[in-house]
Amino acid sequence: MKLFFFHLMPYADLDLSYADKHDTAWVTLPNSYFDPAKGKATYDRYIGELELADQLGFDGICVNEHHQTAYGLMPAPNLIAAALTRTTKNAKIAILGRALPLVNNPVNIAEEFAMLDQMSGGRIITGFVRGIGSEYYAAGVNPTFSHERYYEAHDLILQAWTREGPFKYHGRHYNFDYVNLWPRPVQQPHPPVWVPSQGSSETIEWCAAKERKYTYLQTFSPLHLAQKNFDAYRAIAQREGYEAQPDQLGWAVPTYVAETDEIARAELKPHIEAFFNRFLRFPLEMRMPPGYASIASAKYLIETKFALRSTDQTIDKLIDMGMVICGSASTVRDAFLHHQKNMGFGNLIAMMQVATQPAWQTEKSLRLFASDVAPHLRGVAQKQTLEAAQ
Amino acid sequence: MAEVREEFVEIAGARVSVMRAGQGEPLLFLHGAGGRTWSPLHDRLAERFEVIAPEHPGFGRCELPEWMASMADLALYYLDFMEALDLRGVHLAGHSLGGWLAGEIAIRNTSRLASVSLLAPAGIAAPEEPFGDIFLWSQEQGTRAQFHDQALAEKRLAIPPDLDLVLQNKTATARLAWSPRLCNLQLPYWLHRIDKPTLLLWGKQDRVIPYACEAYWKKGLRHSVSRVIDECGHGLHNEKPDAASQHMFAFIEGAKA
Repeated sequence: MKLFFFHLMPYADLDLSYADKHDTAWVTLPNSYFDPAKGKATYDRYIGELELADQLGFDGICVNEHHQTAYGLMPAPNLIAAALTRTTKNAKIAILGRALPLVNNPVNIAEEFAMLDQMSGGRIITGFVRGIGSEYYAAGVNPTFSHERYYEAHDLILQAWTREGPFKYHGRHYNFDYVNLWPRPVQQPHPPVWVPSQGSSETIEWCAAKERKYTYLQTFSPLHLAQKNFDAYRAIAQREGYEAQPDQLGWAVPTYVAETDEIARAELKPHIEAFFNRFLRFPLEMRMPPGYASIASAKYLIETKFALRSTDQTIDKLIDMGMVICGSASTVRDAFLHHQKNMGFGNLIAMMQVATQPAWQTEKSLRLFASDVAPHLRGVAQKQTLEAAQ
Repeated sequence: MAEVREEFVEIAGARVSVMRAGQGEPLLFLHGAGGRTWSPLHDRLAERFEVIAPEHPGFGRCELPEWMASMADLALYYLDFMEALDLRGVHLAGHSLGGWLAGEIAIRNTSRLASVSLLAPAGIAAPEEPFGDIFLWSQEQGTRAQFHDQALAEKRLAIPPDLDLVLQNKTATARLAWSPRLCNLQLPYWLHRIDKPTLLLWGKQDRVIPYACEAYWKKGLRHSVSRVIDECGHGLHNEKPDAASQHMFAFIEGAKA
């Protein structure tokens, strides 16, 4: 299995007592909670952590896009990715992802990704997302057009990467008389596309279609849901007439490694609980603007998943549900081997800095993971594929 | 109470429910973002008019039609609607989103209209007093903002909402009114085209579409009458149906004179 380190770049200095006065860390939390004097050190630290992961031999490092929130300080993830092209050598740089419907010019996304692909020497993995519900409040984009704009922007970007320009593109939401990409991406026919999602059946269906075969990345979900979605992906692939490979599936999960299980739990506890209860806190209406999901999905989320996150989470509950992997190197190793065997994913995306977690914890966890966990996981999914093939 | 009949009409590929009651000149009542209901105000109006209360395409049990990308589309739909039902001499009334819609219809074509009643209309914002964010509000916050008298809000909150209807109505509203929020920045430039008497009726304590908006409508309208109801929130059709109907009756009588 391929191993990735995913950084969300939160505002770790967030005053958690904000919750006494505000119901969310997104969009409406006043930015007076952000201390301008702390930004530089925060970015230096986080970029340094991503660089360390490259040096420690991680297969990839990941950034992502969120807007107007203490949850993540990367409204423009390509800026971080650009910095990383200069200071990392081997790791893939995955931008997971850009929120396509939020922009009025998707050609610009195609251009930026092409630049990053060239600057990194073909090391980028692109991520295509719709953005979460709150982004639609931040961007002003109509959430009832979210799906349409996503698919249309995707088509336009793929064409921009693969068709000879100039060509015309006329859609319902995007219209260009001249699309003619300079530079073109170095990876041909185009850089890999990953789709991080919490798993709507529509998204899984779309990713798994034989003309795309995009890597589907399951984020922040209880194990049983990730399992169900990976199974669905494989079933769709089969129906489409091909066998889904492990590298078409990725599991993104907060991970922490320390000296012992007890130390790991105690050290991670305040930070992972702050992550779920404070940084990932939003009212239903912000999480689910009208039309963002189908009415059936919205109802389903209201009745199941949302409840799960709006209540007070504890580290014990989170570990039980498989939403966090935490422990000594051997515990973490065994957990991943076990879950990989059951779920069949080929990409493990470990989130190894969450919320208020301090630099020393992230560095320790990264180093222990690299030295005592990673060697046992490398090649596992690939070997499984070979065995299945024989 | 008037006997309310429901029928279905299909126009522009959308099959919508139309409620009717009463006899007399036609009064076409366009509902707001919360969806079509038969309110106490409808009952009062049906004592003197034939009240026609359609459910907008995309609301209630009707899926969003592909053609409905903006309020302009819905305005054109209602011009078709009046033509299809061959309504003439129509007293057009609309509440909130429906008031905005009535304005959009009237700037396009008033040939089938006799008068226009705008009840706490969205559509034109007052910079000094922004609209409430009906999308970000919880169901409870939204319900409370409908009423000045919170005892009435409590009563309404005691009735559990139909989640399917709520989600559908919010989706259709967002399609029409997400950005710019609940308004059309071009609308003020064309209000002079409304050549029929126009009533501006507001609840003074409206927290959704503040009464401050009234001045901006009035500035552009050629023949307007303004009335305000005290101790009344946004949902004046539910909170003050007697006062609202009396203002409307007097306005329409005056319009004929």
